[in-house]
This record gives sequence, structure tokens and C-alpha cells, in this order.
Amino acid sequence: MTFYYPVAVGGPVTKIVDGMVAEFEKAHPDVKVEAVYSGSYQDTIAKILTAVKGGSAPNVAVALSTDMYTLIDEDAVLPFDEAAGADAKAWFASFYPGFMANSQTGGKTWGIPFQRSTIVLYWNKEAFKEAGLDPEKAPATWTEMREMAAKLTKRDANGNVTRWGVEIPSSGFPYWLFQGLTTPNGVELMNAAGNKVAFDKPEVVEALQYWVDLSVKDKVHPTGIVEWGTTPKDFLEGKTAMMWQTTGNLTNVRTNAKFPFGVAMLPANKRRGSPTGGGNFYMFKGSNPDQQKAVVEFVKWMTTPERAAQWSIATGYVAVSPAAFETPAMKAYIAEFPAAAVARDQLAHAVAELSTHENQRVAKALNDNLQAALTLAKTPAQAMKDAQAEADRILKPYP
Amino acid sequence: MTDATADAAVSPTRRPAARRRAWLQSTEAWLLLLPSVVIFAAFTHIPTVRTLIDSFFSTPKGARPARFVGLDNYEALVADPIFWKSLANNAVYAAGTIPAAVGLALAMALWVNGRAPGRALLRMAYFTPTVLPMIAVGNIWLFFYTPDYGLIDQIGRLFGFAAGNWLGTPSTALPAVMIVAIWKEAGFFMIFYLAALQQIPPELREAATIEGASRFTFFRRVTWPLLMPVTLFVLVNAVINAFRTIDHIFLMTGGGPDNATNVLLFHLYETGFKFWDQGQATALTMVLVGLLALLALVQFLIAGRGVHYR
Repeated sequence: MTFYYPVAVGGPVTKIVDGMVAEFEKAHPDVKVEAVYSGSYQDTIAKILTAVKGGSAPNVAVALSTDMYTLIDEDAVLPFDEAAGADAKAWFASFYPGFMANSQTGGKTWGIPFQRSTIVLYWNKEAFKEAGLDPEKAPATWTEMREMAAKLTKRDANGNVTRWGVEIPSSGFPYWLFQGLTTPNGVELMNAAGNKVAFDKPEVVEALQYWVDLSVKDKVHPTGIVEWGTTPKDFLEGKTAMMWQTTGNLTNVRTNAKFPFGVAMLPANKRRGSPTGGGNFYMFKGSNPDQQKAVVEFVKWMTTPERAAQWSIATGYVAVSPAAFETPAMKAYIAEFPAAAVARDQLAHAVAELSTHENQRVAKALNDNLQAALTLAKTPAQAMKDAQAEADRILKPYP
Repeated sequence: MTDATADAAVSPTRRPAARRRAWLQSTEAWLLLLPSVVIFAAFTHIPTVRTLIDSFFSTPKGARPARFVGLDNYEALVADPIFWKSLANNAVYAAGTIPAAVGLALAMALWVNGRAPGRALLRMAYFTPTVLPMIAVGNIWLFFYTPDYGLIDQIGRLFGFAAGNWLGTPSTALPAVMIVAIWKEAGFFMIFYLAALQQIPPELREAATIEGASRFTFFRRVTWPLLMPVTLFVLVNAVINAFRTIDHIFLMTGGGPDNATNVLLFHLYETGFKFWDQGQATALTMVLVGLLALLALVQFLIAGRGVHYR
């Protein structure tokens, strides 16, 4: 059987995957797995859909959890329910519910969580000490973050900023980071069926207003668009005292930070919360029953607590099941590096990542308008109204 | 009268042999052309025709096959504000990068064609951007433009300028990616100008010197006219590149902020491979192909007239 997988974080990921596949083959001599590295998430979904259209779909692949509706609409994937047999229910229940929210729709399970993440807040303890703040205490609420960021922002004699209080990236997929603001403000951006969005609710506009105010009113956050890719570098160079980033960057920051740093859950407003992110396993149509059995066997093997723990420690992704955190390896890792447990604890408050039918298009409508608000081309209210109208138009064929 | 017909007239018995020879010759010619014909047909002509046909069909989705929709895809394109935005951006991009890149290329070529000391080093320096992949170029410039500690802000700070978010502000993002394209393209075009300049016979300059022509007159009356064929070639390439080169946009801005750097090909990519809207994407492709064909035609008709081929 063929298996496509993307690489989305730093580190020797292909080597780790190849090692896991080789181990699987050793334990299952009757199954041959052809593991194909398929580029970024974007490349992977392009490769998968091209292969599907060409009649040569892979048997199993890792793709974004948010691509679920796209894959269903393209009639490309099989649900795991039947192939997993009698213990399917117990198996699905072994994962964190926060991750399953992006894996199930219409009473079926289409994806199995594998390389999943959430957004967390990283803070520079040295900068906190310098600004007269408690270096062991991250901001717990929106108001606290705003106040702390004001103390942390440093300016030179000419009034130019040399260190920002906080950076929330807004390039590429600003909608994801934005969910780190809307979720704490007590609102979800879409329904479970993936055919309705709620971009123009007052709580959403309020969340966007907070983001815009950080740069325009409070002047503690850079103006314009903040690059996703350079935020970790800004943090490591001391150009920002706090940053919002994926837990996937944990290993990177840990290796390269020359100062003590902390990792915290995103600050709360009405509640706590963050979206989940990352990739799931999918099983593809065109696999015969034998292959389907092999796929389930393989996916089960890859997500066993021991393997999930090993994968999490090597990459920084969140281990996908509570049982993985009970393994000796994971316990030892967390004892030595408690920051690794933050993402897990935040999962209790996590919601599904924005995922709808025509997902990329709906996300773009939101992204464009978020950027328009952040660059002051539109007011937050106008931007969210436009995003809602555009999304409604795109989702019209999916009643 | 050619030799073959003369032969045939003199001895009719040799006619089949001549015909066979001619047939063999044309077969040989076709066989020699075959690889190019096959490759051209397979990768250019057949896909173009297929794309044209597909542009009249709806996007196939899963179990729902494509159906004929006539001009619907084109109508949807006209109603798409991002299409118009990307078209306008592309026009600005082309108008800004082409004259600058070609002008700069000519200036650099004239400079390194002279007897300036260390010109081998200069030539290499000018040409270096050309050998770099566009993705690498984008990465380098990403750090030039990075707010606060990027090269540009570092230098600006020495003179007391405030740091700017060059790629993250709608008004500066497009000029910023255009500068990258000019930097990359100029070195490439310089090579053609340099080659052409070296082809100009030294006697012309000697003659002009004897006549007492100034350097400017010599350039305007001799060098520039002789460079016209190369200029036309460079211009055609520059126009195609202005619509084709978007690797750095992927890397540096992703078409943002809010579509400020979205150009036609980037929009085409997003429509085709992010939204999987094949109908819309094929219609966009046809618009792009038509636009490029039109521009090339105009260039040949207008600029071609002023070209003196030797």
C-alpha cells in the first residue's frame, strides 16, 4: 500500500517516519508500505487530489484535518468506521475530543489524529524581569496581556521600537491565529456541518478590534502584517517579548533560545481557548478490503500511545491520546521539560480549526478581510461583514 | 531550373529514383523534427487545446462529472473582484519592472563592456542574481525587508529613518516584490546586451572617432540601432517573465496583504490548486495565454518595424 505524508515543521521528520514505517513492516511481514514524502501540506493535498483524479490514489495519507470536507466533496476518502471493525468506537474514543472535532462529521469518522498542534504563548523571562514583571507569570487574560505588553515594549531615543510587547502572526493563515482570539471571546466561527460560518457576530468583531487595537491604540504590536515564518526568529532575537505560535515550534525554540523562556496557554477573556491544528490520517477510495484492513492496522500502529509519545518528543507535536501522556517516555520528558504539557492542558479548552466545505476559499475570504482590518484598509466591523457575505456566497451550494 | 528537374527532363528513367530520394529526404527531415514535434504537441499544443475545451465545462467534483456550461466560467471571472485586482496588480508589476530591468541591464552591460578595472568581478556580481533560484532570491530579500533587523531598516536607522513593515503594508508590498524582480531580471538581460555589444565591430568606433562623433552620438546613432534586435528579444522575454515569475510572491507575501501583491498567475494557482475550481482556472489560463499572445504580437508589429537585422 502507498502512504503519502507531508512535513510541516523543522527537524529530520522524513527519517523519523521512515524509521517508524520500517518498524511497522518488521512487525507485519505481510504488509508492504511505500512511504512517499509529499512536500508541504499544500503540496500534499494537491498531489493527493491529482492522484485521485488520475485514478491512482494513495491508500493512506496524512493531510490537514481541515481538508476533511474537501476530500469528502471530491468523493476521495473512506470513513474508518466500518474498516476498523468491532472496536472502532473504543478506538475513536481513545483520542482527545478536541482533535476528533476536526475528524468527524455526519456521524462518520473520516480522519485519525496524527500530527496535531495548538497555538500557545511563548514568553521571554529575561525581558519580563527587565520590565519589572514576574518572570514566572504569563498573562492570563486579555487585559493582562495588553498591560504587560505595554511595559515590555521598548523604544530607543528616536522613539523607534526596539522590542515589541507581543507578536501575533497574520501572514499565510491569519484565520487560525484569529481563532485564538475568537474562541476566548466565547464564539465559534463555524457549525459542525461545515456549511455555515459566523464571521459577523459582535463577539468576532470585538476579537478583531482587540487585535487591531494592540498595534494601533496600544502600540505594543507591530503594524501591518506580521510574518508567520519570522516570528520565531523575532522571539529568539529578542525583538518581541511574547509571541503566539504553534507548539510545533517548541523543539526549535528550546534548541535555539539563549534566554529562559516560558510556554503558556493563550490568555483568556470570557473563557480559555485555542483552535487545534495539524494533520490527520485519511483512507482513500480504490483500496480493496485487504488494503483497507492493512491501512487500519497501520494507522492504529502509528497512533499507539508509545509511538504517539515518541513522535511528540521528536517533533513537538501534541501526543494525540491521553494514554500517550501516561507512557514512561512521555512522563520522563515532561518531568524534564514541563512546557511540553501546556498544549495538552489547553486541549481541554480547544475547539476545531476553521473547516468548511470549499475550505480554502472560505478561509481566504476571512484571511483577506482580517488583513484588510489589520492594515487599516477596513474597520473590523466592515471587514467581518464582507467576509461573511463572501463566505455565504461560497457556501450557498451546501445547504 | 534546378538540377533535379534538369536531370529528370534529360532522362525520364531516373525519375523514380529522384522521387525516392526526395521522399527519403523529407522522411529524414520529419524524423529529425519528430522529437521536438512530439514534445511540443504533448506539452504545449494538446494541453492548450484541452484547456480551451475545459474552459467551457464546469468543474468535475467527485461523483459529479463536468458538464458543458458555455461561457459561464468567463462570466464568473468577470464578476470576480480578485481577478480584476490581480490584473491591475500585474499591469503595475509589468509597467514597473520591464523598463527598469531592461534599462538597468543596458546600463550595466555598457559599464562592464568598457575597460573598467575589475570588470570580470563586476560582470560576475551583476550576473549572480540570475543563477540563483527565485525561491532563494525571495528568501534573501525576505531578510532585507524584515522589519527592524532587516538590512534595509538597519541602514535606514543609521540615517534616523523609522523602521517600516515593507511587505506587510499594502502600499509598499507590491513595489517591494517588484524591486526583487528587477534585481533578478536585470542581470539576465545584461548577458544578452553584453553579447550584442561585443559583436559590434571596433572599426565603427574608430570611424566615428575619426569623424569626431561624441560618445552620446555614437551610442544613439550606432550602438542603439545595432542593439534593436536584442532589445526586441529582451522585451518579449521581459513581458513573458512579468506574467510568469511569481515564485518570490509565494514566498514573500503569499499574494497578501489583502491581495495587494496578488498577480494573475498567483490567482490562477490559487483557483486551480487551492480551491480546485478547474473550470474557473482554465478560463483564467485562456485569458493569460490570450493576453501574452496579444502582447507579443503588438511588440512584433510595432517594435519589429524599428529593428534592423543584419
